Amino acid sequence: MSRIGVFVCHCGENISRTVDVEKVAAEATKLPGVAFSCDYKYMCSDPGQSLLKKAVSEHNLDGVVVAACSPRMHEKTFRSAAKSAGLNPFLCEMANIREHCSWVHEDREEATAKAADIVAMMVARVKKDKKLVPITVPVTKRALVIGGGIAGIQAALDIADAGHQVVLVEREPSIGGHMAQLSETFPTLDCSQCIMTPKMVDAANHPNITLHTYSEIESVDGYIGNFQATIRKKARSVIEEKCTGCGVCSAKCPQKKIPNAFDKNLGVRPAIYVPFPQAVPNTPVIDREHCTKFINGKCGVCQKVCGPGAIDYEQTDELIVEPVGAIVVATGFELYSIGEKPKGSPIKGYGEFGHGTIPDVIDGLTFERLASASGPTGGKILRPSDGKEPKQVVFVQCVGSRAREKGISYCSKICCMYTAKHTMLYKHKVHDGQAYVFFMDARTPGKSYDEFWRRAVEEEEAVYIRGMVSRLYQKGEKVVVMGSDIAVGLQVEIEADLVVLATAVQPRSGADTLAQKLGISYDSYHFYSEAHAKLKPVECATAGIYLAGACQGPKDIPDTVSQASAAAAKVMTLFAKSELEREPIVAKVNENNCVACLYCKKVCPYGAVEEKEIRDRQGNLIRVVAYVNPGVCGGCGTCQASCPSKSVELDGYTDEQVMAMIESL
Amino acid sequence: MHQTKTHAFEPKIVAFVCTWCTYAGADLAGTSRLQYPANTRVVKFPCTGRIDPVFILRAFQKGADGVLVSGCHPGDCHYMAGNFHARRRFAAFRALLDFIGVDLQRLQFSWVSAAEGGKWVEVATELTERVRQMGPMREFKELESEEQWSGVIDTPELKEAYNAI
Ligand SMILES: Cc1cc2nc3c(=O)[nH]c(=O)nc-3n(C[C@H](O)[C@H](O)[C@H](O)COP(=O)(O)OP(=O)(O)OC[C@H]3O[C@@H](n4cnc5c(N)ncnc54)[C@H](O)[C@@H]3O)c2cc1C
Ligand code: SF4
Ligand code: SF4
Repeated sequence: MSRIGVFVCHCGENISRTVDVEKVAAEATKLPGVAFSCDYKYMCSDPGQSLLKKAVSEHNLDGVVVAACSPRMHEKTFRSAAKSAGLNPFLCEMANIREHCSWVHEDREEATAKAADIVAMMVARVKKDKKLVPITVPVTKRALVIGGGIAGIQAALDIADAGHQVVLVEREPSIGGHMAQLSETFPTLDCSQCIMTPKMVDAANHPNITLHTYSEIESVDGYIGNFQATIRKKARSVIEEKCTGCGVCSAKCPQKKIPNAFDKNLGVRPAIYVPFPQAVPNTPVIDREHCTKFINGKCGVCQKVCGPGAIDYEQTDELIVEPVGAIVVATGFELYSIGEKPKGSPIKGYGEFGHGTIPDVIDGLTFERLASASGPTGGKILRPSDGKEPKQVVFVQCVGSRAREKGISYCSKICCMYTAKHTMLYKHKVHDGQAYVFFMDARTPGKSYDEFWRRAVEEEEAVYIRGMVSRLYQKGEKVVVMGSDIAVGLQVEIEADLVVLATAVQPRSGADTLAQKLGISYDSYHFYSEAHAKLKPVECATAGIYLAGACQGPKDIPDTVSQASAAAAKVMTLFAKSELEREPIVAKVNENNCVACLYCKKVCPYGAVEEKEIRDRQGNLIRVVAYVNPGVCGGCGTCQASCPSKSVELDGYTDEQVMAMIESL
Repeated sequence: MHQTKTHAFEPKIVAFVCTWCTYAGADLAGTSRLQYPANTRVVKFPCTGRIDPVFILRAFQKGADGVLVSGCHPGDCHYMAGNFHARRRFAAFRALLDFIGVDLQRLQFSWVSAAEGGKWVEVATELTERVRQMGPMREFKELESEEQWSGVIDTPELKEAYNAI
């Protein structure tokens, strides 16, 4: 037996002007189960709410319908009034007779009849409502940050400064990412290393940050507030605690000619090495692929010269489990390599641009290393083939980007600016040199960005040619660039000493594997997807996981840093409470009916559905059923509509509740 | 439901909408005081992904003359992909309805965002007008009045198929 109370609001005259509220209240009393009904001028006012509370206790009501405005306006108000009257708040429903009725219909008779219908629907529904209790999940106030580029470092520092523990995982031997490779940065032309290295040191020394370099995520389990991350610390062959970073080992290592990836293979490094002089931590790793000791057992020099005895050839990978409450993903980007087509990539290569075969055709990051004071040439722009100073340099923008026919249709966003920067850096160092730029558009929408680009054109006299390059080939010492100038409608040929290709920004290799481990989604290019393009740009659809930096899409440093701080703020918001409370609108599986077809698992956008094994007391497996993790469920109900055996139901929107509304028609 | 004087037949329209886009769009029509026929009754869901085709059948059976299903635009789903699942489900379901002889003009799918109060009015008005012209939906109501599912629906294709068995 239900005892429902109906409270019809006049909303001043907003409702009563077109709806005969007294009639609606009177009609309601005729509905089965309605024990009380009334109308009142302002239900949401204090006296209105007291009226509701009084009626609940006086008439012993077990459900209420407030016929007033949209639930989007006042559902919270009336649910908490119901709660303070001792009713479960989810036994209070709103009938929207203002936005959906009085305001949109002029005819009093029609509007009154419709209002009565809406009330009847909600009365039918409230009778089927169940008491629901908000779900609370405990929150582990430690964060995991994956990727130690500027994005990861910024997010880690912000969270750590707020007083929370952070675990920072970087797969390379040092943090720093691409920003550590850059020479000067647009739009201010300040030295990248000078602003980056102090931050790297801060991150390493912060009492709240645990740094795991040369490490990767093995697996991640759990859900918001309660993740378990397993981290694989790869064997460095050097004991971090003992190493003093003196560098004797590297100096004495007989293997000296291994291409240095940090310097884009322009320089060489030994088998025991730190990627660059300012590396953090300043602890070397042994590159086992190139170390003689590992290849044929015949060296061991570093062990002999290491004073503190830090070398350990027997060291193995170590697995560390870290409980965390939130995760920031900041794995950054890679440049699209023009020469070889990446394995398994849907992207077509640029064989005709000779990258990888013509030594003097390089990419933007290689140019950064050439221009960098701490780079392999000490900051002198010298071409790779013969070390001569190039007098004619051709820069080509949009290589791979905005080229649908090659497989990438997006704009890489940073190349217009860094190419402008490159022409400036070049001119500052080679005063009699000439820079040419093949470009499609100049896209410079950022603070001081257009001014910066103009400076390249007007003051540094870079010649911008609007048009694409069709072919590059070696001719003696020169690289011939064949392209078109669409402004004048002519073919152009430039004999260059050096060609710099602004190749497309792509996500880091392995971005998809990491996404699968984290249960987050990515787009067709493998950039990670945000929960909502406009309103949730740093959240993942998976609760408790946030994005920062170029792993989400091409970004420059200012954008990366802003997003990283935004992600940190989201983590801090989550950590502000020790328990997470959320609406109990979640799906539940009826284990007796479930046939484990797991369609629900396939359609669930949150990955909330797991397989659960049902065992008897002896521990024998009886059968498998679906299980919805309430901490993860987003409450969309897609699983329910997809379940062929009707075994999963969304609380708050059960079949019973919906059917009751339809039946009341 | 009551009848007005202006039209011979006033259809019942049931609208199944998601809370984030279309419900909010209908709210906006209200706050903007846009007028439209009073025939629509709204049933709110968290997401169109929750809408089971059975609800549509039941609505028709319970006397609805037209049904509207409306949610967020593709790509704007609050739950990322619920509306895509809904779209696929309804594409299949429409074919089924067509097969059993329901005039598909009675069933309208649309995307109405929270900013599209005007579009809500347009969709609700158009469907009401159309169904007014079509007259009452009888097939399913009769089914219910027979109290039992006879298993026979009056379509030539089905008749042929049954006879062939
Ligand atoms: C040629 C060039 C010039 C540029 N010049 C400028 C400039 O002048 N001004 C400017 O504002 N911007 C510039 N940029 C852009 C700038 O480099 C980026 O905005 C910035 O580096 C993005 O930082 P990030 O931390 O997101 O990514 P990254 O710098 O790529 O860092 C990501 C980090 O994550 C690590 N990682 C990746 N995968 C994993 C994994 N699975 N597990 C653990 N760790 C992982 C990587 O090793 C790396 O350390 C330039 C870019 C290029 C290519
Ligand atoms: S010699 Fe030993 S202490 Fe010095 S850097 Fe190498 S490993 Fe570290
Ligand atoms: S209601 Fe939505 S989020 Fe929750 S389990 Fe079902 S499909 Fe997944």
